[in-house]
Amino acid sequence: MFKSTLLNPKVHPMPSGPLLHRYPLKVWIVMGLLILVLLSYPLWGEFVFDRRADFFLEKLTTIVIFALFALSLDLLVGIVGLVSLGHALFFGLGAYTFAMTSPAFSPASIWWMLPLVLGVSGCLALIVGFLVMRTKGIFFIMTTLAFGQMLYFAVRQSREAGGTDGLFIMFRPEVAIGDWMLINLDNPVTFFYAAICLLILTFAFLRWLTLSYFGQVLDGIHDNEDRMRALGYHTLHYKLTAYVLSGMIAAVAGMLSAMQYGFANPSQAEWHLSGEVLMMVILGGMGTLFGPILGAFAYELLHFSFEHLTTHWKLLMGVTIIVAVLVLPRGLAGLLIDPPRLSRSRVKPASTESRNTADTSRETL
Amino acid sequence: MTASPENPMLSTRNLTRRFGGLIAVNDVSIDVHEHQIHAILGPNGAGKSTLINLLSGELPPSTGSIHLRQMAIHGKRAHQIARLGVGRSHQKTNIFPRLTCLQNCELAARINQGGVFSSWLSPTRARAVTDTAVETLEICGLKDRIHTLANDMSYGEQRQLQIAMVLATKPRIMLLDEPMAGMGREESHKVTKLLATLSSQYTLVLIEHDMDSVFALADVITVMVDGAVLETGPTSQIRSSEQVRDVYLGR
Repeated sequence: MFKSTLLNPKVHPMPSGPLLHRYPLKVWIVMGLLILVLLSYPLWGEFVFDRRADFFLEKLTTIVIFALFALSLDLLVGIVGLVSLGHALFFGLGAYTFAMTSPAFSPASIWWMLPLVLGVSGCLALIVGFLVMRTKGIFFIMTTLAFGQMLYFAVRQSREAGGTDGLFIMFRPEVAIGDWMLINLDNPVTFFYAAICLLILTFAFLRWLTLSYFGQVLDGIHDNEDRMRALGYHTLHYKLTAYVLSGMIAAVAGMLSAMQYGFANPSQAEWHLSGEVLMMVILGGMGTLFGPILGAFAYELLHFSFEHLTTHWKLLMGVTIIVAVLVLPRGLAGLLIDPPRLSRSRVKPASTESRNTADTSRETL
Repeated sequence: MTASPENPMLSTRNLTRRFGGLIAVNDVSIDVHEHQIHAILGPNGAGKSTLINLLSGELPPSTGSIHLRQMAIHGKRAHQIARLGVGRSHQKTNIFPRLTCLQNCELAARINQGGVFSSWLSPTRARAVTDTAVETLEICGLKDRIHTLANDMSYGEQRQLQIAMVLATKPRIMLLDEPMAGMGREESHKVTKLLATLSSQYTLVLIEHDMDSVFALADVITVMVDGAVLETGPTSQIRSSEQVRDVYLGR
């Protein structure tokens, strides 16, 4: 009944060139190694950093949270092609929702805190998304920026949200079933692992999403939105769905950040942060999902080393980013997917190899 | 579903579109009948593309009406009109460059076969979408290019893909805006043949500059000048029309 023979790989071999969202094996090797290095940090951290091991554990946790945040932005910027300069809106919203609803003298339960943060951010993303989607290009950037700053000034001036001081959170939420404590988030190592787990889960989810039929529609919108409309797609619905998902993930990252530091601060909703995370995405490679994770690590690494080098680290940072964008137009991800050829001899990847990698990519997740 | 003159597939009445002081389309009333190729001819700036944009809902008309069968479709949005079975291709090559031929056509087919959720819920329906896509690629002579990235194909092939994408939506009527623009002689010959075979199953509205293929293909021709209809009639009538000759050869 079906003409499946037409798609027989022997008759129509998959192309040897790179396909959209299909990455060579080495990408998964690098990402796997990164995860391994992170997971084993408690084993080697003390040997390498000695008494500063705890400090670097905190630092790494921060980076993992930023990677989660960058991942959420990549869904918008890289996959759908909507450049938002106000994504800290959701990061800050997550942090403040958590801070403002946490009981003062006892830990909150994660079972209602997480749905609450997701719900609040999802609803706001729906409203803000509906409004900002009416604009395009530079105007989209400006309206997202404006909405982001709205939350920033709202929390800065509101007494309930603690004004410029922000709010302190005394307890991290409890992850327990009945009296049985599943995970103790107060332990920095456990918290670090929890953040990594969330990052991996989110990555797997977004990867599944981009490879799904829904993801194909998002690719179509990225390439040519008018054509999608002419085909009959109500593109607003798809863009809005992506926006809401992205906002919810960013809010979770914000909630984690507030948990880690024990406070929610207006700077978590400021446009500086939106700009920083956008740079992580660009530095890592837009639209690749794994790129922004690398970007977050690279950005924070640069940040950290320049900060210790000179007081004018922002200048160095800016120059480095500009050079990086000039040299690596597709970011760090481009280095892995399609490395710049130094010699003239081109090695064509065998078609079997690319098919293997496509399979592996599915298996990895 | 008979092609009676009283029941046209698509009809416009007094269709007008103004851009400020400019009247791009002026009081156009045409009927497109089923299984016909209705060509729209006219010099540059005659309002042909604007007319297509009005028909496909990309622009709302200033005044006048458009009916698909008996249903009024003026004022509906582009994606709604597309879902009602009006497929269109654009003058500029308009494909998804980062996707393969198959994916391009799947996107076109999926929305008219239940949409994303339907494919997701039922593998059978997802397979049906793929089959439609493969079929249309076969019809358009792109069978060997199924897994080629649209960006890696020649210009002529991209134009063919564009027609395949319109076909994959299983339209009731196809609006083709200069499908042969910029094609070589051989390629445009191929497309002419393709369009001729399509006319038995589909209704086509065609804008084309290539006179040879228009006269070879069209059943009915509407000649537009300065936004208004100069003459509408069967191909033979237009071919021998004094009025039309004046417009094209200068008076």
